[in-house]
Amino acid sequence: MRYVLSVLVDNEPGVLSRVAGLFSGRGFNIESLNVAPTLEPGVSHMTIATSGDAQIIEQIIKQLRKLVTVIKVVDFQELAAVEREMMLIKVQADDSRRGEVLRIADIFRCKVVDVSLVDLTLEATGDHEKIGAIINLLNRFGIKELTRTGTMAMKRSMQHD
Amino acid sequence: MEYSGAAILMECLKTEDVEVIFGYPGGSIIELFDEMSRHGDVLKPFLVRHEQGAVHAADGYARASGKPGVCIFTSGPGATNAVTGIATAHSDSIPLVVITGQVPTPLIGNDAFQEVDIVGITRPCTKHNYLVKDVKNLAGIVRQAFHLAQSGRPGPVLIDLPKDIILGKTEFVRPGEVRMRSYNPNYKPNLVQLRRAAELLLRAERPLFLIGGGVIGSDASSVVTDIALRLDIPVVSTLMGLGGFPGTHRLWCGMLGMHGVYTANRAVTEADVLLAVGTRFADRITGKLSAFAKQARIVHIDIDPTSIRKNVNVDVPVVADCRESVLGLSELLPAGPTDENLLKARAEWLKRLDRYKAEHPLGYAQNGEIKPQRVIELLDRLTRGKDKVIVTTDVGQHQMWTAQFFKFTRPRTFLSSGGLGTMGFGLPAAMGAQIARPDDLVICIAGDGSIQMNIQELASVVAAGLPVKVIILNNRFLGMVRQWQELFMKRNYVCTDLEGCEPDFVKLAEAYGATGLLVEDDAGLEEALQKVLDTPGPVVADVRVRREENVYPMVPAGKSLAEMII
Repeated sequence: MRYVLSVLVDNEPGVLSRVAGLFSGRGFNIESLNVAPTLEPGVSHMTIATSGDAQIIEQIIKQLRKLVTVIKVVDFQELAAVEREMMLIKVQADDSRRGEVLRIADIFRCKVVDVSLVDLTLEATGDHEKIGAIINLLNRFGIKELTRTGTMAMKRSMQHD
Repeated sequence: MEYSGAAILMECLKTEDVEVIFGYPGGSIIELFDEMSRHGDVLKPFLVRHEQGAVHAADGYARASGKPGVCIFTSGPGATNAVTGIATAHSDSIPLVVITGQVPTPLIGNDAFQEVDIVGITRPCTKHNYLVKDVKNLAGIVRQAFHLAQSGRPGPVLIDLPKDIILGKTEFVRPGEVRMRSYNPNYKPNLVQLRRAAELLLRAERPLFLIGGGVIGSDASSVVTDIALRLDIPVVSTLMGLGGFPGTHRLWCGMLGMHGVYTANRAVTEADVLLAVGTRFADRITGKLSAFAKQARIVHIDIDPTSIRKNVNVDVPVVADCRESVLGLSELLPAGPTDENLLKARAEWLKRLDRYKAEHPLGYAQNGEIKPQRVIELLDRLTRGKDKVIVTTDVGQHQMWTAQFFKFTRPRTFLSSGGLGTMGFGLPAAMGAQIARPDDLVICIAGDGSIQMNIQELASVVAAGLPVKVIILNNRFLGMVRQWQELFMKRNYVCTDLEGCEPDFVKLAEAYGATGLLVEDDAGLEEALQKVLDTPGPVVADVRVRREENVYPMVPAGKSLAEMII
């Protein structure tokens, strides 16, 4: 099962290594991890997408909380949350295929950010499933390069019970 | 007035009531030692012969006294030599503050002489660690380090001090109370959970206490003992919990686990309510998890939330300080059950356990050779009554025999590397314990293999005039591995037979300036051991025991506790 965790950390030089080391040392999975500063000086925000059964996720959350530099851990499994990821994807698209690739880009509201005679680079945003769907659809044209930010998430203001 | 980093560190150590520093000097901390010599009235340096020995000594000091142990090493190899000691303390939740020198800040990352990323190396085996980058932060970091080491689930904290920080000067501001929003261990137990625990205990027909190192660490053993005695609840313990309940009492059922005694393993298998305090249910005590305490509702008290449901599913989790929790529980349990049937069932339970004890006592056959078990039994008898005895061990067969046959009656008297299983722990830990408890009798029980892992510390013991008694149960084997080879590898004794290639321990002791005694006659064993204990100063006894003796009971790896080889 896939879980997305939001982790607030003290922004000391070793913090990324502490978190990454915890996952590797205990054999937990990291699907994606992104980190950036928040508005509060000295505090950074990480979003970690991981997988495991309920008991493993419970251990991951407890182990993260145990790190002295971790301020707060939120499990989005229990909350309504907005989840987004951005992807840059370079697809083979010569004259004969450009139209079809652009149509798919249009359906998923991707932006064209670079174009050449033989390929197109698209910028796509969406949740985990949408990004997966775009990759699946573009695969048959030939994907030359791909880079993703990993999942980011934020709690929705209105929570249903 | 401006202070150097070195002077600030010394002031901070004094504020933390540090009295002893275990260490080894070197290039990057030479000024630190220089400064330390000016505080000799309060801070006593204790020189070891290897950094690992210093960490174990600080660890033994902490285990015996309850105060954090402090050590100081130089950068590079000084720091890496300390890693095994740090990991040992981390596994057993022992409070330490380890200070390492580092190359000057501008050289960090340049592969400078004696540079190593010790903060990176020790991240997984410390509770927390720091690289000090500004001398202005030093006092605050030292305060935090001591706070972290001792609070919550204790553990080692490392501070890496670059040379320019040691030399740098700043105004010294004494730091106040530690406030960290990311670190607030919970001490107070949840009352609802405590009530549920009390309820379970009151209704139990076959209740059982399982105590671990947390009972010792949080000074909860007197409260646990009081509840057990008041409500007639039998007690088993992990290796780390030994001494948490008097081993001479009728309710004592012994250590459980891989080499646990028969009664303890049966008790935990048959109990209907298990009250586990300050244990993390390590694999060495549970055996096959799916068969562990199957009949029991489990109450689990531990201050570390990650200990709960990591290995064993529990019915009532209590995340809080062990002492606070059992105190709360004690208030909720003014008296035991009054129901006649229940009382009858409980009396039956105690009778059943007594029967197990009678049917399967710890034992060994005597055949004219010295039996290692008998050595421990005799040491226990010879020191009983002398109320202040501390026993340290290395790791292996001798450690298990000590845990089984020595009857520990008070906390902080059995010091052993439980979690990491570090050979070479015993002798340096005994030094630390003797420094913490100068008037106590400190005995290190070792194997002929493991004593050689830190035997250089005999020099430190002799130099400091510490009257530590080292008993080597010498079977000329790496005995525990040999036992496994015998049982599981058809006696293919690969790299475990030390016959003919061991030093003469008596001469070795004498070379270091200690007294060496050879003990090889079973008939005169008691007198010989008495002589070891009566000889003043440091003594090393080379006790030639039966070579192929095995530790039993034994639960083979992966088997349930009920499947003991006895």
